[in-house]
Amino acid sequence: MSQKSIYQEVILDHNRKPRNYGSLHSPTHHATGHNPLCGDRIDLDINMINGHIEEIAFQGESCAICKASSSMMTNAVKGKTSQEAESLIQEFREMLVNGEEKDLDHLGRLKVLAGVRDLPTRVKCAILPWHTLHAAMNSADSATTEADNHANELVANTH
Amino acid sequence: MKMADALLTPAARQTTALGMEQLRADFPILDIKVGDNPLVYLDNAASSQMPQAVIDRLVRYQKTQHANIHRAVHHLSDLATQEYESARRKLQRFIGAHEDREVIFTSGTTDSINLVMHGYGRKFIESGDEIILTALEHHSNIVPWQMLAEEKGAHIRVVPINDAGELLVDEYEKLFNPRTRFVGLSHVSNALGSINPVKRMIATAHQHGVPVLIDGAQAAPHMKIDVQDLDCDFYAFSAHKMCGPTGVGILYGKARLLESMQPFKGGGDMITSVSFEKTTYNEIPYKFEAGTPPIAAVIGFGAAIDYLEQIGLDAIAAYEHELLVYASERIRQIPGVKIVGDCPDKVAVISFVMDGIHPHDVGTLLNQDGIAVRTGHHCAQPIMQRFRVAATSRASFSFYNTKKEIDALVEGIRSVQKVFAQ
Ligand SMILES: Cc1ncc(COP(=O)(O)O)c(C=O)c1O
Repeated sequence: MSQKSIYQEVILDHNRKPRNYGSLHSPTHHATGHNPLCGDRIDLDINMINGHIEEIAFQGESCAICKASSSMMTNAVKGKTSQEAESLIQEFREMLVNGEEKDLDHLGRLKVLAGVRDLPTRVKCAILPWHTLHAAMNSADSATTEADNHANELVANTH
Repeated sequence: MKMADALLTPAARQTTALGMEQLRADFPILDIKVGDNPLVYLDNAASSQMPQAVIDRLVRYQKTQHANIHRAVHHLSDLATQEYESARRKLQRFIGAHEDREVIFTSGTTDSINLVMHGYGRKFIESGDEIILTALEHHSNIVPWQMLAEEKGAHIRVVPINDAGELLVDEYEKLFNPRTRFVGLSHVSNALGSINPVKRMIATAHQHGVPVLIDGAQAAPHMKIDVQDLDCDFYAFSAHKMCGPTGVGILYGKARLLESMQPFKGGGDMITSVSFEKTTYNEIPYKFEAGTPPIAAVIGFGAAIDYLEQIGLDAIAAYEHELLVYASERIRQIPGVKIVGDCPDKVAVISFVMDGIHPHDVGTLLNQDGIAVRTGHHCAQPIMQRFRVAATSRASFSFYNTKKEIDALVEGIRSVQKVFAQ
């Protein structure tokens, strides 16, 4: 896969017209995600009703990869239980960090982000919203990509 | 010398391109490819590349001259000590210092600034005192002073900048009061390239009896520095930004001030005698060089100074200015691209933002064309806040860059725009 192909239509489209962009009036859960290296920052609001993600919204300053990942993530987890969302977070991380190919089909549209694997310095950009989602569901107010040692190692190892 | 010829006549070089080819041949790394593209290295402000002459010097030292310094009577130790001290004298001449003992080898600019913070700041700055810094500082000239301010209950005052990235010198002058004890000031901003009017600002501080540290990390590679003419009290820079190795830099300090300061690190070499009752510190500069220094790197630093001087700092400054003017003109002409900090008095650094495209995407896409720029906050978050951007892309040039490489950058920027216009 050519590196340029990460900037393909789907991602550029989500970057231009991010879905679920904005904030919720009185979210039950919230977290801010921050990538200190590049200054990416996103705010994520969730309304959890009966263990389901009823509503979700994000906003922030970020690169196209982070914004597209956020946008696609909000679509993917809307209506899911927190447990289902957690396992999606896990699978998404594995796709990017460990390069696991096996269950890709199951990730559906999120597969277009698999190409970020070839850009080790950008893996954190794609993972940031997922960390933030995890933090929000677990009622931590902030997430940072610095704590993700696997993502960090990946960056370190490929340099 | 072939490099000297190359740079002394920039106009001739433009027409023949021959001198430049020879000069670029001094830098083996410039031949590498990134994917299918030739490397276009425009991240010189972060770290510059090393010419063969410096690489050879490191190898020769390691193969024929290495031993610990200042310690033993044997041949190698004597030789290594002489080479190490000869590098100190090269640095002394390079910055026009009065004496060689005013040059302290450190691990780099950050280490030099921390040395002044610990050696001078912790001794002389007290609760309620004020330290003046500027909005253009690199984190390494902010954080040590914040640590000191916190420890002592001192306060930091910040000189603001205008939209062009220039310091407001009038505002600076108003910050002085009887509690002002120290000024920390960058000679050149790493994020924007602005050259600050340091000589005038030092004179102002001295009228108030306040010493000044100049962070010269981005100035020393690009212009002739004369510490006696500037009359600065301290001047710091790193070898790795000026064709030398990583892990070494210097702190220049006026002898009188260095002598008044307390040591920063304790250990071997920085003492004259040690007993458990009493230790006597060594004279400067050794008082501040505890432990075995990076001897090879110091000697390599000396070789880098030789290399730069053969080309000539004035020739370097003139040629790099030509690159800056050319690159600025071409980049300004691209719709949707804005230069951040576009003031007339700059070194060849261009920080820019692109409408609707995050710098990290710019950096990744340019890299796919073999072009290395830096993207992010450049360790200068206050500047980013001032311009209300999270990050910028920064192209920083060296004397071994060419107009052809600037053309490649401009092409690269246009192709980033094409990708995002899909
Ligand atoms: C203006 C300025 N000051 C200080 C530093 C820190 O230099 P070093 O990392 O070599 O200690 C840098 C390097 O990026 C710089 O650009």
